[in-house]
Amino acid sequence: MRYHQAVHDVPTLFENCEKPVPEKGFDPTIGGALPKELLRAELNIPDLPERDVVKHFVNLSQMNFGVDNGLYPLGSCTMKYNPKICDEVVSWDSVANIHPLQDTSTIQGALRIMYELERMLCEIGGVDSVTLQPAAGAHGEYTGMQMVRAYHELRGEVRNEIVLPDTAHGTNPASAAMVGYDVLELPSKEGCVDVEALKAAVSRDTAAFMLTNPNTLGLFEKDVKEIAGILHDAGALLYYDGANLNAIMGKTSPGRMDFDIVHFNLHKTFATPHGGGGPGAGPVGVKKKLEEFLPIPRIVHHSSQYGLDSNRPNSIGKVRAFFGNFAVLVRAYAYIKMQGGNGLESVSENAVLNSNYLKHNLKGTFELPYDDLRKHEFVLSGRPLKSKGLRTMDFAKRLLDYGFHAPTVYFPLIVEEAIMIEPTETESKDTLDRFIEACKTIANEDPELLHNAPHNTARRRLDEAKAARDMVFSWRAYEKKRADRSAAKA
Amino acid sequence: MELSKCSLDMLRTLGLKSVEELFSDIPEDVRTGGLKLPDGMSELELRRELGAILSSNKTATSHPNFLGAGVYNHFIPAAVKSIVGRSEFLTSYTPYQPEISQGMLQSLFEYQSFMTELTAVDVVNCSMYDASTALGEAVLMANRISGGSRFLVSRAVSPEKKAVARTYAKGADIKIAEVKFEPETGLVDLEDLKQKTVDGVCGFYFETPNFFGPIETKWDEIRQVLGERTMVVGTNPMSLALLRPPGEMGADIVVGDAQVFGTPMSLGGPTIGVFGCKSEHVRKMPGRLIGMTSDLDGERAYCMTLQTREQHIRRSKATSNICTNEALLALAAAAYLAVVGRNGLRTIAAKNVENMTALSSRIAKIKGYRSPRFKAAHFNEFVVESELSSGKIHKELLNKGIQGGYVLDQDFQDLKNSTLYATTEMHTRADHDKLVSALEELT
Repeated sequence: MRYHQAVHDVPTLFENCEKPVPEKGFDPTIGGALPKELLRAELNIPDLPERDVVKHFVNLSQMNFGVDNGLYPLGSCTMKYNPKICDEVVSWDSVANIHPLQDTSTIQGALRIMYELERMLCEIGGVDSVTLQPAAGAHGEYTGMQMVRAYHELRGEVRNEIVLPDTAHGTNPASAAMVGYDVLELPSKEGCVDVEALKAAVSRDTAAFMLTNPNTLGLFEKDVKEIAGILHDAGALLYYDGANLNAIMGKTSPGRMDFDIVHFNLHKTFATPHGGGGPGAGPVGVKKKLEEFLPIPRIVHHSSQYGLDSNRPNSIGKVRAFFGNFAVLVRAYAYIKMQGGNGLESVSENAVLNSNYLKHNLKGTFELPYDDLRKHEFVLSGRPLKSKGLRTMDFAKRLLDYGFHAPTVYFPLIVEEAIMIEPTETESKDTLDRFIEACKTIANEDPELLHNAPHNTARRRLDEAKAARDMVFSWRAYEKKRADRSAAKA
Repeated sequence: MELSKCSLDMLRTLGLKSVEELFSDIPEDVRTGGLKLPDGMSELELRRELGAILSSNKTATSHPNFLGAGVYNHFIPAAVKSIVGRSEFLTSYTPYQPEISQGMLQSLFEYQSFMTELTAVDVVNCSMYDASTALGEAVLMANRISGGSRFLVSRAVSPEKKAVARTYAKGADIKIAEVKFEPETGLVDLEDLKQKTVDGVCGFYFETPNFFGPIETKWDEIRQVLGERTMVVGTNPMSLALLRPPGEMGADIVVGDAQVFGTPMSLGGPTIGVFGCKSEHVRKMPGRLIGMTSDLDGERAYCMTLQTREQHIRRSKATSNICTNEALLALAAAAYLAVVGRNGLRTIAAKNVENMTALSSRIAKIKGYRSPRFKAAHFNEFVVESELSSGKIHKELLNKGIQGGYVLDQDFQDLKNSTLYATTEMHTRADHDKLVSALEELT
């Protein structure tokens, strides 16, 4: 197995030898339109030939690893291959060059796509209505929590607490807190929700329970109906974090499991590329009883015309300007259309098959807490590495040397030295076998090799503490630091 | 599902006979039994169907479009599209493993560097969802900095942004009050600001250029009225190619949208929220930050840093819940600014001002129109007041294949018969001619 990432010397764009020369004969007042006292004195950004700029970024791209380069088994992130057609359609004039405030008669096609996407997500999620406005999964959670609050407020109830399991994604408690809720984290039992503990924790103060199913250990929460009953009997709501939806499409749905609110991560389940951190999209679906709280405007369809309805007095308002991340929505629409209903079910089947195949082949090499059937992802413990003075992070870094992105590590928090692996459905058996082989090889390698890994990437192990200490967030800050240092020397 | 040979091999390894056994842990009472969605389609079929549906959209390419109000039609050089399309960037995740993700990390560092230069604040994060949510987060951060439960927002801010700010404020039990603009200039009404800056006010948000186009002049006075309170300034980053940056004028937090740098309008999303602040506030800031460091060999390197502010570490105590952001658009902005360069950017910005001045003065010459409605310097947007109702003008323009400006009456009752027009370097003389003669015909 051979892998070596490209290494280029790429100075920042700000380090070219020539300082930009202010343009000759340029009138910064633009014929007196801008008063002199409003003008800036200097603008220190470079002027480079296009040729050099393209070289700069192409070389940088070669020092970056994407799904298109190889396996990217980040648990809970669902890094699957993104069909190229989806990127192409969003470059069309009819997608790229329309303005959100255009008269609705001139954006009928766009409104129809969104309307139909909402309907398709309703079917997949088992919900009655969907909003496409949230820009990301966490933003969807935030939207959901706002609706939880609005729901209870309209009923004249004061409920201050959101309950969630200790395996929850970090965004769950953060989203709840942003809407003003106290957060109660519930210890898990055998990797799943401890139903008795939940019963004891739920009270008149519980606004909602947040859960992802399968959970972040890849285990299906079999007691989900009972859990829903406990919450609903207490007058609370059940929120579904859709990060793990890739495991269950066509088999079950959040709605069928009695969840009231669900967010979808289009950049995970529906193959829209993640772009190095975003954009994503986090549509939110709800059951009928929460429909009135959805963000405005709602897209409506009357007598073959699509329109907008903002006359929703109980709506939580807006969570983002305009309609959400439209270009991401169009990609997901294209993906769902190409897969079809049966195709999406196959997606989940293959995702789960791949995950269990990896789990089966790796559990002997590492520890597998809670040995059981997994869904689309599973969590190993890197504890056996400790006897050699190594940690999970060393293993993760060494995987990079084999041309595999590392899994998610140290999450969920309840597994010591966690290694969270999600292969997705788009990886072949051949790729999975090579990954298994690499993991087994690494487990028997000289600990020094791991300790100093990675070796074959553009950079060796980073000093992350130095980044936090130095706080150099821009070229300007770097130059200032350098000037301060030389002044101190002098 | 029909299984491939490889899938059958894998099942056999697991000791299973069918894929269905992999789902035996899902109880019967929650089973759905498939999805009621049509069968899938080929790439060719998809292109046909999607192409047909979308063809009814009237685009800015074929129909002159004078909308702005937060989303702008600017030229995107081919080199920018080529860079953003590199699949090593496009298909990567958040750079959790920095050693193998230096390309994206350095690009994001360069984005932060460009935005730091343009805004002149100390620190800019590597993106928020958009300008409206950046404002929402700024309201929460002002509360963390200055500790009051009231926040002031200028009336001369888009209804979309105000709506989002209200949503975010509500979550933190912060009350929002609006500060008037001067009817003549559209700029911040200092007297009203003074009156409303009472105990418990944690900050004030205003824009330059503001929603109506005027460029703010009374920085020192505003700073003085606010005292220790948090000054949050919204801006169109393209205007900063020419204008004095908010960081120089005492802004604590700067927000905006960098969609103007290399990202198409796409019905308003995705766009990219700019979020910057003074360094003393950095630990109260939301969003990811890329910092410079070095590796084991002493080579310069970049990684995400100060992550103890973030949700995956701090959970309910995080400064924000944001995780996925708009990194690819930050790359687009960095690539755009690098491609057009300092002088190119200033020339583009100048063209925007020229077009605005030209269009506004041509409209002003038509009987029955007042343009610009506000006496102030403008960047690329301006309000036109007319004798006719703006709704009627909008309809008539639409009949002639023109998407006019944003009708203001619906949200600003004191701006009767007023419309907000934007014009950028994308408009040709012919586009202006078309609008001007259509407006002439109306009166």
